Amino acid sequence: MKFDHFARRKLKSHVVTVLAGLTVVAVLYPLIDIIYTAFVHGGAVLFQLMFLTSRNPTPCSAISCATVGIAPDIEGTVAMVGIAALISVPIGVLAAIFASEYRTRGIGRVVSFTADVLSGVPSILMGAFIYGYLVLVNPSLIETAYTGGVALAAIMIPIVTRTTEEALRTVPNSTREAAIALGISKWKMTLRIVLTSALPGVVTGVLLGVMRAAGEAAPLIVTVGFSNLPINSVSTLNGPAGSLPVLIYLFAQSPYSNWLSLAWGAVLFLLIAVLIVNVLSRYMIHRLSAKMAGAG
Amino acid sequence: MSQRRVARWPDQVFFVIVILVAFLVIALAFAIVAILLYNSQQSFRVFGWAFLWSTTWDPNKQIYGALPFVVGTLLTSTIALLIALPLSLGSAIFITTVAPRWLRAPLGTAIELLAAIPSVIYGFWGIWVVHVYMDTTVDPALQKYLGWTGAFSGTYTGFGVLTASIILAVMIVPTISAISRDTLAAVPAAQKEAALSLGATNWEMTRVAMIPYSRLGIVGGIILGLGRAIGETMAVLMVIGSSDRLPTSLLGNGSTISTLIASELLSNNGPLQISAILECGLVLLLISLSVNVVARLLVWRITKSAGGAVA
Repeated sequence: MKFDHFARRKLKSHVVTVLAGLTVVAVLYPLIDIIYTAFVHGGAVLFQLMFLTSRNPTPCSAISCATVGIAPDIEGTVAMVGIAALISVPIGVLAAIFASEYRTRGIGRVVSFTADVLSGVPSILMGAFIYGYLVLVNPSLIETAYTGGVALAAIMIPIVTRTTEEALRTVPNSTREAAIALGISKWKMTLRIVLTSALPGVVTGVLLGVMRAAGEAAPLIVTVGFSNLPINSVSTLNGPAGSLPVLIYLFAQSPYSNWLSLAWGAVLFLLIAVLIVNVLSRYMIHRLSAKMAGAG
Repeated sequence: MSQRRVARWPDQVFFVIVILVAFLVIALAFAIVAILLYNSQQSFRVFGWAFLWSTTWDPNKQIYGALPFVVGTLLTSTIALLIALPLSLGSAIFITTVAPRWLRAPLGTAIELLAAIPSVIYGFWGIWVVHVYMDTTVDPALQKYLGWTGAFSGTYTGFGVLTASIILAVMIVPTISAISRDTLAAVPAAQKEAALSLGATNWEMTRVAMIPYSRLGIVGGIILGLGRAIGETMAVLMVIGSSDRLPTSLLGNGSTISTLIASELLSNNGPLQISAILECGLVLLLISLSVNVVARLLVWRITKSAGGAVA
């Protein structure tokens, strides 16, 4: 009897194990399916000549139609994410320095907590916030690439702040003490020694923030709109601009076959970029923390 | 012995710059609330508190009420949570207690990669893969076997509230799973060994010694996942089949606050509509802020106490 009871408990444990294994399969299935379908439908498009360097095509549904390329959308994404990085990286890094290096003042904790909560604010609300601000201040700036860059900056600031703060924290205190003991001033120590030691971690965090911003469509459709004109001078940033995520959204259900294949190509391109950067940065973070643990 | 004094003023200047920028981050949080609040005034003057429970949203007649979108937001994120919860916990338990050590990190990374995929790509996948499957298989089956409940009535197209919820579920699994995994992995070995030494099976050890120990962290992860689902825009927008009315069936069309903002903010129906949309945005902000603050406090408390807790 005793043995039967034990066998039943063992069986139950095995059943749960199998169920838990099945949930892992169910969770990973979408990842594999997204990558698979993107390659099946977008592979032939992405790897054709000039896809990354040509203009969007005119709509067309015949088999002979050209798919051409996504150059204006790449330019738009690069321009807006670039603006966002120019604004958010200095702000995020300095705020993180405050939160990590001046922690005794107590406000440091408030800053990290605020950044944490801000990173949970839905991205569409960052767009709505910038829109609401410009409606009051200067409506003519709505639907320009500049505005899109600012909206993306609002999304990147909390990400850069948190990742930089964490990177700064991996620098052992003995490094700071050694620097202070040699008579260096605090600001020089912070910038030249602490920030430099944490630099790989900071760069990784910025890269993750950049990829997050590059994939955002929601704040852009309420602040930038869309355009398929190329971005060839600074003045074009004063008007609507294309971007990869908005292109994917707008062309997703296009009745024109060449626009739809264009969107598939863009999906695959964005997916590959995001996955590569994420895997590489995870690897970097892993190696860094291993190194730090060894040094500490 | 000569001693060179280091000038103090550069330090002070640096401190001022750094603290000003830090306050800028805090100011950003307040500015978001203030701007949405300020823009809501016009709509609030016209509709008052009834805005929150009015079900009519009609840009032609300039009558606006938020309820269809609030209901859509809560409905999609609740269903998403119900679907995501067992999947996240199951995968977290598998990774921490069952999987061989060499497999743990790769599995965890793979699940976290799901969180890196842009929302618009989920929407695209939703349109071309999930929608087709829903339309041909899931929706008809639900209507046939569960139609009597009333939740799956009406015509179906494969788009709608349920499709949106399923995609949301896929998107929030990594959040819940990662935090559950971290807290389960933080359970002290002594705790687990105690259960095993009493003759517990693997599952009994998980249930008795690990889940109660990490319960707070798991709850924090669930709330963070909920917060993500509440604000998600593009994936939902692309498959929910927008409608300005209260959803009548899980297979029918709906809208959430974020899809409303995305689809109507640039539609130029006058300042009252803009004001009403931004008031909806304010409601969304308050919901997601409260959810996030609760979750962060929970997760913070745990990470803080994890170092000190000794079994």
